[in-house]
Amino acid sequence: MNMAPLVALVGNPNAGKTSLFNALTGARQKVGNYPGVTVERKVGRWLPASGPERGIELVDLPGTYSLDAASPDEQVTHDVVMGRQPGERRPDAIVAVVDATNLDNHLRFVLELKDLGLPMVVALNMADLARRDGLEIDLAGLSRALGVPVVETVAVRRKGLDTLGRAVTDALAQPPAAEALDGSAAGVERALRDPAASRARGKAARALADSVTVETHASRRWTRRLDRVLLNPVTGPLILATILFVMFQAVFAWAEAPMGWIEAAIGWLQASASALLPDNLLRSLIVDGILNGVGSVIVFLPQILILFFFILLLEQTGYMTRAAFLMDRLMAYAGLSGRAFIPLLSSFACAIPGIMATRTIADPRDRLTTILIAPLMTCSARLPVYAVIIAAFIPDRSVGAGIGLQGLTLFLLYVAGIVAAFVAALLLRRTVTSGTGHGFLMEMPSFQTPQLRDILLGLWQRALIFLKRAGTIILVSTVILWALLSFPRAPADSASRNPALEHSVAGWISRGLEPIFRPVGFNQEITLALIPAMAAREVAVSALGTVYSLQGDEEAVEQSLVERLRSSWTLPTALAFLAWFVFAPQCLSTIAVTRRETNGWTWPLFMLGYLFGLAYLAAGATYWVATALGAG
Amino acid sequence: MTTESPSVNLNALAVDQSATISHVDWPSLDDATARRLQEFGVDEGISVQMLHHGPLGRDPIALRVGRMTIALRRSQAMAISVVPPRP
Repeated sequence: MNMAPLVALVGNPNAGKTSLFNALTGARQKVGNYPGVTVERKVGRWLPASGPERGIELVDLPGTYSLDAASPDEQVTHDVVMGRQPGERRPDAIVAVVDATNLDNHLRFVLELKDLGLPMVVALNMADLARRDGLEIDLAGLSRALGVPVVETVAVRRKGLDTLGRAVTDALAQPPAAEALDGSAAGVERALRDPAASRARGKAARALADSVTVETHASRRWTRRLDRVLLNPVTGPLILATILFVMFQAVFAWAEAPMGWIEAAIGWLQASASALLPDNLLRSLIVDGILNGVGSVIVFLPQILILFFFILLLEQTGYMTRAAFLMDRLMAYAGLSGRAFIPLLSSFACAIPGIMATRTIADPRDRLTTILIAPLMTCSARLPVYAVIIAAFIPDRSVGAGIGLQGLTLFLLYVAGIVAAFVAALLLRRTVTSGTGHGFLMEMPSFQTPQLRDILLGLWQRALIFLKRAGTIILVSTVILWALLSFPRAPADSASRNPALEHSVAGWISRGLEPIFRPVGFNQEITLALIPAMAAREVAVSALGTVYSLQGDEEAVEQSLVERLRSSWTLPTALAFLAWFVFAPQCLSTIAVTRRETNGWTWPLFMLGYLFGLAYLAAGATYWVATALGAG
Repeated sequence: MTTESPSVNLNALAVDQSATISHVDWPSLDDATARRLQEFGVDEGISVQMLHHGPLGRDPIALRVGRMTIALRRSQAMAISVVPPRP
C-alpha cells in the first residue's frame, strides 16, 4: 500500500510547535483522540512543493522536555516516536522543533531524539526573536555537529517553510539507521532513564549551544520589562484580578447580542414549523422536543466561544504561566499547585477540557485532586440554569453603587463554587489524596504576540466539538425526554391540570424519585428535569421548557419559561435549585472523562457520590433556611 | 588574595542577584523534581539569576537558568546552594 509518509513534530513546550503545525497544514487538520487515553491526536496534511506525491501526514505530538515521560501527554510522545503507541504507526521521520532563543535547553532534547536513529530535521523556530534578542546562530556549524539538517523557521510569519519541506523530503528519501529499524531500541530506552547520561546530555547541549551561538546583546528585554510589572507583588495580583473580571464581564456583555440572534432564529424556526405542520405528534416532536431542547443549548455557543477566546489568548501570549506563578502560594493552602490554576480556569468554560488539561500536572495526587474539584468550577453549562432562575426569582433592582442584585447573585454562585472547591481540595488532600506533592516547577516562556490564525483555529475546533455534542448527545436526550413525556398519551377527556405528568412514563419515573427530592423542596417537574440533565447540565433548562410547554394549555404556551416558573415555584424551591446546581453532580460527560483520565470507575464514582451528597445537603440547607425565614 | 565566597542557599538571593550553583542536593529531591530540574538545565557550575518573588510569602520564586526562566517553590530551592560573585 502506498500511504503518505508520517512525519512527527516533536519539541519542548513553548517551542512554537503548534504554530508551525498550523502554518504547515492550514485548515487541513483533524483533532481526535488516541485510543484509551484522552490525549489529543492532531494530524494534518502537509503538501510541500516537490514533496512526496501524496503529501505528508503530519502529526503534532504533545510538547515534552524529554522522552523520559512524566505525564500522560508526554508518554504519548514517547510511545509514538518509539513506535509503540496503539493507533499510530511509527513516524518515518521527525521534525524536532527548537526555540532558537532557548537553544542551550532545547538541544538537550534534540540530542535525545537523535539517538532514536529516525531520519530527522531540526526546525530552528522563532529565528526572528533570536535575532531580536541579539543571538547569532551558526546554522551550518549546528547542522555539522548534530549530523542532521537544520532549517531556520519563523512559523508565525510562514518563513522557512519551503526550505523545511525540501529538507524533510530529502530526509524521507534516506534509509533509516539500524537502531530505528529494530524498533525496540532497548539501548535508547536505558539511556533515557539513566540520570548520569541525562546530566551528560545537558552538559553536551550547553556546550554545543555555546559553540554555535554568538550573543551580541542582552536578551529577553521585553519579557523582563513586562514581568517586572506583571509579576510585581502588588501590581501583579491586581492585573490578574482585572483580567479575570474583564473576562467574565465579556462572557456576559459581548454574548448578549449573538445570543439574542440565535434565540430569534430558533423562535422563527418554531413558528414556521408550527405554521407548516398540522397539529400532530410530529409537530410536537419538532417544536416542543427538538427545536426547544437543542435550541436552548445552542444559545450558549457565544458565551463558550468568548470564554475560550480569552483562555486561548492568555495561553498563547504566555500569561497563563504568570497567572500560575501568582496563584501558586494561594493554591498551596488548599494542597494544590499553581499548575492547577490553568485547568481550573478552563473548567469555567467546561470541566471536560479542564480535566483534560490536568495532564500537565506531573504529580498524580495533585492531578487527582484537581480532577475531583474541577466540576465545582461553574461551567458555562450551568449559566443557562442560573440565568433562567435568577431572571424568574431575583428582583431586578440595584443594591447600590451600580451593582444589580441579579448580577450579585450570579457572582455569589460563582464564589460559592470556588469556595466549595477549595474546601473540598483541603479535605481531599488530608484524606483520600494525602501525601506530599511534587511542589511547583514550571517554565515561564517569553511573551509572544498572539496569532489570530492560531486562536481562530482553536475556537473553530471548540465550536465543532460543542455543536457535535448538541447534535448528538443533547439531541438524543431531548428526543428521549419528549417521548417519555408524550407516551402513553393522556386521554382526551383528562381533567388533570397536568396531563403529561400524570399519564406519561416520565411522570411515573419522577413520581418514584420525588420522595427523595421532596425534603429539599424539589417538585415533580424539577425531579423530572434532573434526569435528562445527566446528559448535559444545560439540558435541565430545556427539559423544564419541554415539561412546561407540553403540560400547558394554549394560554400557558404563550408564556415564557421564566413566567411559568414564577407562577409555579416558591422562592425557597428556586433557591434550593440554584444551590443544587453549584454542585450539580449530574453530568455524564464529566464522569466519562474522569473515568478515562483516572483509568477506572473508583474515582468517577467517588466524584459522583461526593458531589451528589454536597448538592443534596446544599439544596436542603438552602430550602430549610429560606422557608424558616419566611421566604415561602 | 583570592578566597572563595561562602556558599548560600538559593533562597537567600535578592531579586536581580546572580550566582553560580555550587551544589545541588539531588538525593533530597524526589525523582520527578530532580529530573525536571535537570531538563531545565539546573546543574552544578551553572549561573542563575533571581528574577522574581511570588506575592505571598515571597513564594514561589522565578529564576533565570541559561536563557530560560523557571518558577519553583522555596521548599524545592532549598536543595540548591549557590555562590554569589564577590562584591
